[in-house]
This record gives sequence, C-alpha cells and structure tokens, in this order.
Amino acid sequence: MSKVEKFLQSAFFRTLISIVVGFAVGAVFLAAVQINVGAAYGKLFTSIFANAKSLSYSVVYATPLIILGLSVAFSFRTGVFNIGAEGQFVVGSMAACVVGILVPAPAIVLVPLCVLVSAVAGAVWGMIVGILKVKWGINEVLSMIMFNWIAFYLSNYIAGLPAIKSDGNAEATKNVQEAAMILLPKSVISKLGLCNSANWGIFVAILLSIFCYVVIEKTTLGFSLKAVGSNRDAAEYAGINVNRAVLTALGISGAMGGIAGAMNLLGMGQRISIFTAQEGYGFQGIIAALIGNSNPLGVFFGGLFYGAIKYGGSRLNLIGAPSEVVNVIMGTVVFFIAISHIFKFRKHKKEGK
Amino acid sequence: MDVLINNLGIIIYASLLYTPPLLFAAMGSCFSEVSGVVNIGIEGMMTIGAFTGATVGYYTANPWFGFLCGGLAGALFGVLHAIACVNLGADQTISGTAINFLAPGVAVMMAKAIFNSSDTVPLDPSSKIPLLFNGVFSSGSVVSNFLKNVFSTYATTYLVFICVIVVWFIFYKTRFGLRMRACGEHPRACDTLGINVIRTRFVCVCISGFLAGLGGACVTMATTNQFRPISIVGQGFIAIAAVIFGKFRPQGAMIACLLFGMCSGLRIVIGTSNAAISAQLISMIPYVVTVIVLILFVGKSHTPAANGKPYMKTK
Repeated sequence: MSKVEKFLQSAFFRTLISIVVGFAVGAVFLAAVQINVGAAYGKLFTSIFANAKSLSYSVVYATPLIILGLSVAFSFRTGVFNIGAEGQFVVGSMAACVVGILVPAPAIVLVPLCVLVSAVAGAVWGMIVGILKVKWGINEVLSMIMFNWIAFYLSNYIAGLPAIKSDGNAEATKNVQEAAMILLPKSVISKLGLCNSANWGIFVAILLSIFCYVVIEKTTLGFSLKAVGSNRDAAEYAGINVNRAVLTALGISGAMGGIAGAMNLLGMGQRISIFTAQEGYGFQGIIAALIGNSNPLGVFFGGLFYGAIKYGGSRLNLIGAPSEVVNVIMGTVVFFIAISHIFKFRKHKKEGK
Repeated sequence: MDVLINNLGIIIYASLLYTPPLLFAAMGSCFSEVSGVVNIGIEGMMTIGAFTGATVGYYTANPWFGFLCGGLAGALFGVLHAIACVNLGADQTISGTAINFLAPGVAVMMAKAIFNSSDTVPLDPSSKIPLLFNGVFSSGSVVSNFLKNVFSTYATTYLVFICVIVVWFIFYKTRFGLRMRACGEHPRACDTLGINVIRTRFVCVCISGFLAGLGGACVTMATTNQFRPISIVGQGFIAIAAVIFGKFRPQGAMIACLLFGMCSGLRIVIGTSNAAISAQLISMIPYVVTVIVLILFVGKSHTPAANGKPYMKTK
C-alpha cells in the first residue's frame, strides 16, 4: 500500500473528513437561521488565533477536556463506557475546592495535596461503580448516571455548607486560597501576553497523555486491559482477572476525571457555584475521546480542538451568532466519525474482488 | 392529619406532573433497547421534541398538534440514529452521543432564529396541554381538596399511562413485539427465520425517537409553558436508567419512573415547607434509593443479548 493510500485509510484521515463535514453542516444551519457564515466562522477562528492571549484561553479551556477525554478513552479500551466522567469531575473539583479553602499550607504542599485528593475522590467515585458491577452485576451505565446525579447534588450540598460557602450573596463557595492556584507566574503571563488564567494544567494534561500511552501500550497491565476490552471471555480464558481489570480501569479513569476537575478549579474557576443543571463536562470529554479515537495522542489533540472551538464559540455571541453552532459542529463530527468506517468498508470489498 | 392529607395530595400531584416526560421517554428507550439498539440519544431527542412542541404549539395554538410535532421531531433524530446504527452498523453509543450534542444545538439555534432568544415565548394556557378534570373537583373539605390536588394534572399524565398499556400490549401480545424482542436477543436466528432484522430495528428506533420527543413536549407544553435550554437536563438519562432498572420491561420502567417522579414531587413539597433537611440532599434520594434497590433486590438485570451489537447481514 502506498503512503497516500495508507493515509487515506487511516483513522486520522477519517477524522479530518468528519471535521470538514461538521463545519459544513454547521454552515448549513447558520445559513438556515440567516447568519452570515463567513462572518461567524471568521469570528470563531480569529477569536482562537488572534493573539497569544486568545490562544492561551483556548488551551485553558482545553485542559480539563483533554484530561476527561483521557479518562473516557482509558476505560473505553477496557470495554467500559465511562459515562460517569461527569460525576468524577464534579467530586474531584469539590474535593480540591474543600482542601484549597480549608487547609492552610504553602503552595508547594497545598497544590499537590489538592490534586491528590481530587484524584482519590474521582478514583473512589469510579471504583464504586466498578464494585457495583463486579460484585452485584449492576449495569455500569445505570449506576454511573445515578452517581453523576449524586455527585451533582453532593457538590451543591457541600458548596452550601457554612465553612465553605461564600460570605456574600453569591450561590457559590469561597475562592480557594491563592496558594492553591496553579496559574503561571505573573511575569511569564505578562511577558508572553497570555490570558490571566494561563496555568500549569496543560503540562499535567501532557504528562497524563504520556502516562496513558505508556500504560496502555507498554505494560502488562495495559495489555490485559485491552484484552478484556476486545474480548472479555477470551481474556478470562487466558487467565486474566476480568473483574480486577474493570476495577483498575475505572479507578484510573476516575482518578483522571477527578484531576480534570481540580485543573479546571485551580486553573480557572477558583470556586464552585451551586448549579441548577449539570455542566456536561463529562460529555465534552467523551467527544474529545471519540475525536481522538481513544488513542492518547489523538485525545490530546481532540481535546485541544474542542477546547479551542468551545472558546471561539463563546465569542460568537459578540456578533449576534448563536454559540450553539459549536454543539451542532461537534455533534456532526462525532456522528460522521461513528459512520466513517463505511468508507473503509467499501474499499476492502473492492480489494476482495 | 388534615395537613398530612393535603401534603399527600400535593405530593401525588407533583409526582404525576414529573412522571410523564420520564415515562414517555422510558417507553421510547424500551423499544430501542429491546430490539437491540442502545439509544443514549434519548436526551437529545427529548430536547428537540420539547422545542418543537413549544414552538408549534405557540404558532398554531393547537396543543395536540404541537405535541404530535414534538414527537415527530424526535422521530426525525430517531431516523438519523437508525440510519447510522441499524443500516450502517455504527457504534451505537457514539451515534447517540452525537445526537445529544446535535439535537440541543439545533433546538437552541432555531429558538434564537425564531424568537430572538434562547427561550421560546410562553404558551397561553389555552395553547398548553389541557387539564383534564379542570373544575370537576371544587375545593372545600379536606377530601375534596385532596381530590382537587390529585386530579389537577394535565391530560398527558393520563395519556402516558394508556401509552404504557399499549406498549406492554405491543411487546407481549403482538407478533411485532415478539419479533422485536427476538431481534434484540438473537438477530441472526431471526434473519434465518425470515424476520427482517434491519427493518424491525429501524422501526423500533424511530418509535423510540417519537416517544422521546413526546416526553420532551410534555415538559414544555404541560409541566412548564416554554422551551428553555435547561428544559431538558438529564431527564433522558433518567429515563434510560429507569429502563435498565425496570429490567427492560415497560411495566418495570413505569415503576422506576414513578419512583423518580415521586422523589421530584417530594422535593417540591419539602423544598417549599422550609424543612430542616437540605433540599440538595433530598434531591439525591431517588438516585441513592435506586442504587440500594439494585443491590438489595434487583441485581443483575437481563440485558437483551444482542443489545449494542450492530447487525450486518453478511459477514
């Protein structure tokens, strides 16, 4: 097979096509609601690429999505659909928030502590679902949906407790201490012209991408997880402890979901609001994972892409264009990724003849 | 005692108000899942149904026509899901996730285009789904107050229970129902026996979208009177959970939906009576109860054997 042909067969190429189709469908809908497509997409892209500040905003938006994408992708490889990333994200950020407000410590201790408790909280949240599945055979999708809501209300409850709640009228927690924040040094921000929220989170995302790659591709653990993902019965027959694999995968996924929450809080949010509806970070992470074909490097760029479009989309309102076009684009991209295998299918058939 | 009866009436009323959207969507989910297609896009289908119902209802002032259009809009996305999953053999979870982004995006974009706002204009009471027993029960004594509370819900509340009976009948008493369930268990065997698996599943997924759309329309045309971006927040997933909880049977899903609906009702009553318990913790109850019930009584539910697996005629 020539290099070009190989490229045309690759998942990467199909993803690119899906992205093009996504923008095309987005354009159709924009035109249908009488918005100037050129102006809207122009605004979308100039908002992202205008300068170092806007680019750094895109990265800040992308950071939690990349980590959540990794969380989803990791368990995907073990055959578990982590629809519970939302809940893990929420408990992770709440755990980091509580520690970030209440524990008086210098940054060098406080930041790792916040990240650690968020990872533990997320891992616990993921493992509970795993235990329910392994021990009682309870469908993980069902229990994850339940635990997403339990996390949501738990977070709202904790945010309203006197020790945590903001002193003003705001329906939110206090701000976490400055020492807990993971922002880049002020001097670097002003020198490079970055946004005020530019933070170390993206480096954590890079490290976690490498971590996922190494674990999945280079370790025995990763091999057994993948084996369980591709054929559970065969894996069991080969002597792999399937239950333990599922628990491990959910634990690691959950920890990453929790860390994503901490990065979002310590890098950008600084406090947690009492929400009336789930924020849907988990699903955005699922999208990042799907765009990245559940491959750590792919997820990294998938998350970066989503983060950029999400940030650019939030600026669309300035010119009176609906920012929801982002959802339409993303939905279409994923839809076409879902059906993209048919192109490959046809090719194979021809070869068969 | 009087207060208790009065509160009981309000709880029943609130339960009956919050259950129908979930129950319609759950019936939809049943159809899809039992025929072997995972439909996680129920949430998105509800959202588009909610928007279409409220919009058509507003412009035609005909609630039932709006309600029907809500269902059809859901069915449209059902067709999309069916083409991807049934005809093209796509990953069902991925396609469903796509629909959950696509449908709400389209709904809010259209709302902004038509109403110049992400919310639709509130419906007049006459354009809403009618109250079935409006004015039949007068207030006065404790008992009549109770009855008035209980029976002051919208017509969709009664419709949805009829729907459950119809769905149950289709599932267990008709040839189509038997074939559909067989397609979810062993599609290849069905194919061998001459059942058109692709067509059966296609129809089921479309019905699933239609019912989810009706569920969404219930929210914007009965429970509230307008579409807002936060009209549908998780009800679709609760419906899916209810179906798994109910072991993929319409009657089981109904009980689960009533549980979730009742807890929503309870929250409204306790939330307004300024009780010492946090409203947030009370809101958590249905989800915790579900998990506990699953551990104690239900355990492993029988998922249709071919659920989630695309069926391709030739291999």
